[in-house]
Amino acid sequence: MPSFDTSIGVSGAFIMKKSHILVLVVIAAAIAIIVSTAGDASTYVDFDQALTLSTSGNSNEIHVVGQLKKDAQGNIIGIHEGDDRVSFSFIMVDDKGKEQTVLYDQPMPADFTRSEKVVVIGSYDHDSFKASKILLKCPSKYQDEKKINV
Amino acid sequence: MHYLVGDLGHLFVITSFITSSVAAFSYFKATTTQDLDRKKQWLFNGRMGFLLHVASVLGIGVTLFTIILNHYFEYHYAYNYSDRKLPVYYLISTFWNGQEGSFLLWILWQAILGTIVIFTNKFWEAPVMTTFSAVQAFLASMILGVVIPGLNIKIGSSPFILLRDAMPGAPIFLAQPEFIPKDGNGLNPLLQNYWMVIHPPTLFLGFATTIVPFSYCIAGLWLKKYRDWVRPALPWALFSGAVLGLGILMGGYWAYETLSFGGYWNWDPVENAVYVPWLIEIAAIHTMITYRNSETALKASIILVITVFILILYQTFLTRSGILGDASVHSFTDLGLSGQLLIYLLFFMIISIALAIWRWKEIPSTEKEASVYSREFWIFVGALTLCLMGFQVLIPTSIPVWNKILSLINVSANLAPPADQIKFYSKFQLWFAVAVGVLSGIGQFFWWKKIDPTTLRKELLPPALISLVVFAIIITLGQVYSIKYIILTLAGVFTLTTNAKILFSILRTSPGLSGGAVAHIGVGMMLIGIMFSSGYSKVVSLNNTGLQISKEFSKEFNRDNLFLMINEPRSMWGYEIEYFGERLEPRNHGGYIRKSDVTITGDKDKVVAKVDFKIGGQAYKANDTIDIRGENTFYEIQLRRGKNSYTLFPRAQINPEMGGLLVSPDIYRTVSADLYTHVSSVMKPEEEAEWSEIQEMKVGKGQQFFANDYVAVLESVDRIFAVEGIELTAEDVAVKARIRVQGEHGDYFAEPIFLIKNKLIGRIPDDIQDLGVRLVLMNIHPETNDFTIGMKQRQKDWVVIKALEKPYINALWLGTLVLMAGFGIAITRRTREFQKMKEKGLE
Repeated sequence: MPSFDTSIGVSGAFIMKKSHILVLVVIAAAIAIIVSTAGDASTYVDFDQALTLSTSGNSNEIHVVGQLKKDAQGNIIGIHEGDDRVSFSFIMVDDKGKEQTVLYDQPMPADFTRSEKVVVIGSYDHDSFKASKILLKCPSKYQDEKKINV
Repeated sequence: MHYLVGDLGHLFVITSFITSSVAAFSYFKATTTQDLDRKKQWLFNGRMGFLLHVASVLGIGVTLFTIILNHYFEYHYAYNYSDRKLPVYYLISTFWNGQEGSFLLWILWQAILGTIVIFTNKFWEAPVMTTFSAVQAFLASMILGVVIPGLNIKIGSSPFILLRDAMPGAPIFLAQPEFIPKDGNGLNPLLQNYWMVIHPPTLFLGFATTIVPFSYCIAGLWLKKYRDWVRPALPWALFSGAVLGLGILMGGYWAYETLSFGGYWNWDPVENAVYVPWLIEIAAIHTMITYRNSETALKASIILVITVFILILYQTFLTRSGILGDASVHSFTDLGLSGQLLIYLLFFMIISIALAIWRWKEIPSTEKEASVYSREFWIFVGALTLCLMGFQVLIPTSIPVWNKILSLINVSANLAPPADQIKFYSKFQLWFAVAVGVLSGIGQFFWWKKIDPTTLRKELLPPALISLVVFAIIITLGQVYSIKYIILTLAGVFTLTTNAKILFSILRTSPGLSGGAVAHIGVGMMLIGIMFSSGYSKVVSLNNTGLQISKEFSKEFNRDNLFLMINEPRSMWGYEIEYFGERLEPRNHGGYIRKSDVTITGDKDKVVAKVDFKIGGQAYKANDTIDIRGENTFYEIQLRRGKNSYTLFPRAQINPEMGGLLVSPDIYRTVSADLYTHVSSVMKPEEEAEWSEIQEMKVGKGQQFFANDYVAVLESVDRIFAVEGIELTAEDVAVKARIRVQGEHGDYFAEPIFLIKNKLIGRIPDDIQDLGVRLVLMNIHPETNDFTIGMKQRQKDWVVIKALEKPYINALWLGTLVLMAGFGIAITRRTREFQKMKEKGLE
């Protein structure tokens, strides 16, 4: 049996109001969540846009998508390991073709050199880009395995 | 080449797909047919179909294990995820390392769950198993690996494909089609952890169990038995909530122990994708329990149970379609299944939503609105809070999906997930957690006590006062001064005390009903544990020397890290801390080998003992070969205070293939806090250190001399007949000196070699790494029986560490166990309830 307390004699109108309030609160909360997500979401930009953002005083972290710089033979060039072994820098080419040295305060992520696409999250510090996080898109496992342990 | 086992496996996959489709169709007919005889026949067909499906699924499992355990590297799966050195338990985890295998694990669990349903619940068998079998057919299609002729569409990705078919362009297969690799690629070292053996099966059991309440709900809507599906579904929903929660927390515990980001939860999209359905499942459990007690919240239960299952399908789509590629660190790569996954998601989403809408008007609901003083009201508010809590995580996690949808309508969107995910999500989730804490206290009170405005104050005052006292003690002792953490602590303490009060009164009358109180006490403990361990985690490895570690490092790095020279004590966290040197891990038993006690060989997984020693119960003699895990180096660090000492072994995996240095912490656990320590910089093994000019001295056997300020003795010089890597002929001569050097903590041995080969002199020096000494046997003087020893020195070994204090983290782990115990009690109770009604003929 429902344990409604009918003795306090709330009117039907009041009850409707209460459930309406609940619905309104939920809708308001949902909208607040969506708006704040849109507000806090970062954006994917290229290095030029990132530099413009940073020089105009916007220090928010942004995402830049690109590739590692490769020479004519397809070898990756421009990776420098830091002296502490736990930081490194590399040259990244964004989708517009702009090259930029990216500094990263952590060790090289697993599979870094095998990645076909790199996403760096961070911001410009003067003219160098400091990444706080690196995401990798590795080639589908069926493609890049020409090398076999013999 | 072992073709048979793969062909057999493939046959089983196809059979499992066909049998599940047949079962789905037969069960469907058994549900819809009116004629009783035909119904019986269809039911028999359905049951046979499903049991054959179970048999073929077991067949797939056995064949895949056969391939992995026997190292058939001609198969892509075995080659890609295992190697010969892996012990059996990691070979087992190889099974679910790949995407195909993890689908298989899911299918396997659901096959088992389906069998249980068939044999425990006759009445609901046909409609429930229709959904069950249909889901199985969809999952089986994911590992089908069949190309539809003519259309050239590939369905599924098979775990049984041959390596040469997986890599059609590889030159080795063009030259030698029958080529079989000698060894596999192995398992990612980070995954070689016991948690990775049990965490995925638990998580996938959690995924699999969500299908049971969903199938009952769909069956209830389908048969218009709107009220009856809840009873059999409830114990399953509880079980599902428990297992899914346990699986999630196991993943967090693995991350805490293995990864070095310093926590257990990273708000990565892959983690979020599982967290959201779990929250909704908890909400569903609450509304179902409300319904069982008071016939309210039936519609809410239906919506939530359907939502949980759709969210599980959605998380599968998110993590496996490759759509998270730019947003997550560890989603699976795209196997070309995204279309199939989307159809799977949409199929069940559309059918279940359409069915619910179609039946909506007929679903009974109470006209009366719940009063503010009723338990229904508070539980409903609690469930709503959980839903919003999930919604807040779901919206940003789905950003890549929003971008995709917008691009379909030709709007180019470049939204990216919030850059600092931990900060972003914590900001919101903290307040939801506060609400959950408060509501679970109030809700439980209303649940067990008949409360109206007059008794409200009388009932709630004592627990509120106790809460305040406990809260004041915690805040003072824990030195919590941040307002948001103070509020979170209060919420946690409130739910703890109110539920403890309820628990005491229930235990006296009916302990079987105490599941809810116990579970909510667990939640309160978890909230407090999370607040302290995350909010008050602090760096304790502060550089108190006043000297920079290196100019090359950043300011923060120099401030937060401690530079330890071997055998030179420093102070940290109120302890004396001392670094003892590098250690290696034996492959086949426990313990740590002093690196300076062994000689490295050409094989990274084998070393040769220089001296006799005993580790992990295994005795080795000098010159014994020991199997080690070559990729791992441990750093022995001792903490001392008074008479107590504790040794930490943080790990580094130096693996150029994986891109450098991967570090894992070691954790010193005390009652009040964990000390979480990982190395943050180590010496480069491959780099030649700067050695001093060589110093030469003439010594005789047994004579003492000094090497880098340590006392050394030339113990013996013997002729040897084999030198690794060098071929000796009859005319060649090789002698090996054995020099003992006394370090601060025990002796070290160096064995330099002097050889004459083809009348040319060669010298092979030997290093005592720890002490930074290199010894060379320069010359032999047979006329005086003396030897010239050359000695070089360099900076002693060192390591840089970072250590964090994680206060009261045990409250989180203990709270987890208490939560699980609460689930256990509740599951037992609801299963008994179901059994009792079943005996009365009401299923």
